[in-house]
Amino acid sequence: MKGMSLIVKSITNVVIGFIFIYGVYIILHGHLTPGGGFAGGVIVAGAFVLKYLAFGAEAKHEKKASTAASVYESIGGLLFIGVALAGLVIAGTFFLNFIPKGTPLHLLSAGIIPVCNIAIGIKVGAGLFSIFLALAAVKYVMED
Amino acid sequence: MIELYLFLAFMIIAAIIATEIKDLLAAVISLGAVGFSVAIMFIFVQAPDLAIVQIVVEILTVVVFVAVILRTTHIDETIGKKMRPTQILATVLYTGFAILFLLVVIRSFNELPAFGHAIMKVASSYVQLGLGQTGGANLVADVILDYRALDTLGEATVLFTSVIGVVALIRKSGRKK
Repeated sequence: MKGMSLIVKSITNVVIGFIFIYGVYIILHGHLTPGGGFAGGVIVAGAFVLKYLAFGAEAKHEKKASTAASVYESIGGLLFIGVALAGLVIAGTFFLNFIPKGTPLHLLSAGIIPVCNIAIGIKVGAGLFSIFLALAAVKYVMED
Repeated sequence: MIELYLFLAFMIIAAIIATEIKDLLAAVISLGAVGFSVAIMFIFVQAPDLAIVQIVVEILTVVVFVAVILRTTHIDETIGKKMRPTQILATVLYTGFAILFLLVVIRSFNELPAFGHAIMKVASSYVQLGLGQTGGANLVADVILDYRALDTLGEATVLFTSVIGVVALIRKSGRKK
């Protein structure tokens, strides 16, 4: 993959930050507005996919990226399980909403739901990006 | 409800085109049209959460498909060839099964309660008590991450397993040359 033209690269540089921030916004406001961890995670993964499509992947760079994706996917999964187990440890119920609920419609409310949204967002984003990296690597294998 | 049937007809046509066209790039785009129609139908039945997920997942799948097709091959060589006897038999059996399935589906659709009047009462108690019990304003998030969090854990496990499967099957390193 050598990357696309200068126009695509310049526009990617401008929009990629906005796409990433929009994904983070969707994740963080998952308990208030439509969206949530899954949708936001896919948008974040889309930002990285756009970057890779526009600029192209160099082989050594790609290995680092796929390692990072695996690490983040594991972090997301462990965070999700950790929240569930924390409920089990604190009050004896798996997935208990043990954090204080706060006032509805505020960003810091709804107990464990935002934490779970963040965990799922990290997991889904990293997972889909690593699938993309694996599929993008097909070409190198076929050329070898 | 008429718009839903219009989108349904559009989706069926697009799906048939996706299976029958020779250029794989056009087939992927037809498949994307099916997916975006599903997203629009979700908006019509007032499910914005699902519509957002459907749109972003559809964009990502189409991009991944296009990225793979641009790097491999454009032409589906199986279309237009004569079918072997086993394939004809399989097609006949498949069509028969589809007709049988549709008959059962039509009968069971007639038994369903009207749209918005579910038999299960649990949804109405989620709607009434959800905000007070979980504190989350988005009821969908309340259900999938509080009332039914265990289901979401299973879903996350499915995604994790599929990522491991894809990466293990087509990764670059560790492959015999």
